[in-house]
Amino acid sequence: MSVPRYWREEKPRYRLMGEECAKCGAKYYPKTPVCACGSTEFKPYKLAEMGKLKSWTVIRNAPVGYERFTPYVVALIELDDGVQILSQVVDVEPEAVKVGMKVEYAFRKVTEDGQAGLLQYGYKFRPVVD
Amino acid sequence: MRKVAVAGIGFTKVGEPWERNVKELFAEAALGALKDAAHTEVEHLYVANMMGAHLQGQIGMGAMMAEAIGRPGLPAVRIEAGQASGGVAFHEGVKAVASGMSDWVLVGGVEKMSDLLPEAVATALVGAEDQEYTAYTGVTKTGLSAILHRLYSHEYGASPEEIGWFAARSHDNAVGVTHAQYPFKLSIERVMTSPMEADPIRMMECAAVADGAAAVLLGPADKVANGIEVAASTVATDHLSLAARKNPLTLIAVKKAADKAYEIAKTKPKDIDVLEVTDDTTIDGVLSLEDLGFAEKGKGAKMVAQGHTTRTGEIPTNNFGGLKARGNPIGATGLYQIAETVMQLRGEAGANQVPDAKIGMAQSMAGVGSTCSVAILRRV
Repeated sequence: MSVPRYWREEKPRYRLMGEECAKCGAKYYPKTPVCACGSTEFKPYKLAEMGKLKSWTVIRNAPVGYERFTPYVVALIELDDGVQILSQVVDVEPEAVKVGMKVEYAFRKVTEDGQAGLLQYGYKFRPVVD
Repeated sequence: MRKVAVAGIGFTKVGEPWERNVKELFAEAALGALKDAAHTEVEHLYVANMMGAHLQGQIGMGAMMAEAIGRPGLPAVRIEAGQASGGVAFHEGVKAVASGMSDWVLVGGVEKMSDLLPEAVATALVGAEDQEYTAYTGVTKTGLSAILHRLYSHEYGASPEEIGWFAARSHDNAVGVTHAQYPFKLSIERVMTSPMEADPIRMMECAAVADGAAAVLLGPADKVANGIEVAASTVATDHLSLAARKNPLTLIAVKKAADKAYEIAKTKPKDIDVLEVTDDTTIDGVLSLEDLGFAEKGKGAKMVAQGHTTRTGEIPTNNFGGLKARGNPIGATGLYQIAETVMQLRGEAGANQVPDAKIGMAQSMAGVGSTCSVAILRRV
């Protein structure tokens, strides 16, 4: 992972910053150059940090850079503002994950580029503890 | 637009031939297609390949394969559309002939996956997803299918076993197929007791690492004797990310490509005699059946479990084992599907022959439906 490539995604990954269409109000995460309505005007939009789990899987055979985290949960989450996001879900055993479970944003280490490379951080989600 | 026909087909046995490189695999399939067509003239070459850049560090495969088949200088280009590369390259070849730009177009696909370890192959496969927001989560292609699998069971009440039947059915059809990677039966019990790969998808529900190449020679229908006509060839795309799809259980790209293909070929699902669909995992196959119009939404898994997709069922599907059992050498897969459909329509499928097959369909899909190609072939 090159430094500029990592740097330019920092806001969306660290703070869940997406964009909202200035014309029709559609929300995008990640941002997109052209809205479904045809508009190219957007303003920054901060995603909801809470949501519920629509579906999930447990990755047991991981891609390069993720091997030491297995088994880990990756879920399709519907945030409270209606935006959908794919994310790891942490702080929970895979067996305890359920459809509809409430989850919240968590800032975590995601992967690292070998022994001396960039440490990559970003969003993961975790169950809401009442 | 001119009518286009498939003049010849060729392919290698799918497997893990460690002693052979991409050029040798490609050449065997391509020369096989020319021999089958008893034709030597080629005006344009399309090379379907998804992961050469990852797996071998190789791009520029157009020129490389033109040379590999003994024709340096031939106009040639590599087509990449994720796991749908083979089907999309076929579509490009059909356009080249239909437009009148070229008469004889060779379309070949190749993938050599066995060169790298599983985690590197998983990385290459998830290369067709958004790297910054999908691959970044650590999900795999199988993991994305698994998210759909769970959603499907939750929404429609299908049991994991009903979905798992897709793998067993594909294996039933691979028995005795000389070009298949796994030409043996696989019981539903073995499918459902195999280890979890990406819950709830089990290892025996997934296509494995495979090497292979397949090719077809296309020409103008009026110049091909005993050819199989391309009645329709279509391609459609969907939002790349599952998260951007309002209803992820409907594969919009599959629906769009299929609807347009039916319209162009003036056919309906009930007219299709033989079908090849993308069963990279069991749920991919189930959703494809539904969105191609062969099962109502939510009923596809039951249809497979009850045997309606077997050789004697209402829609004989994956008649040589599909991605699961014939094997899934990604860039070549869409062309294996076309070649196998041609074998059925010619009546040359041997023990796998569906009696009197006249119209066949092949569907090639990238990821969890980001790109889909559909071809309808017809015996004339």
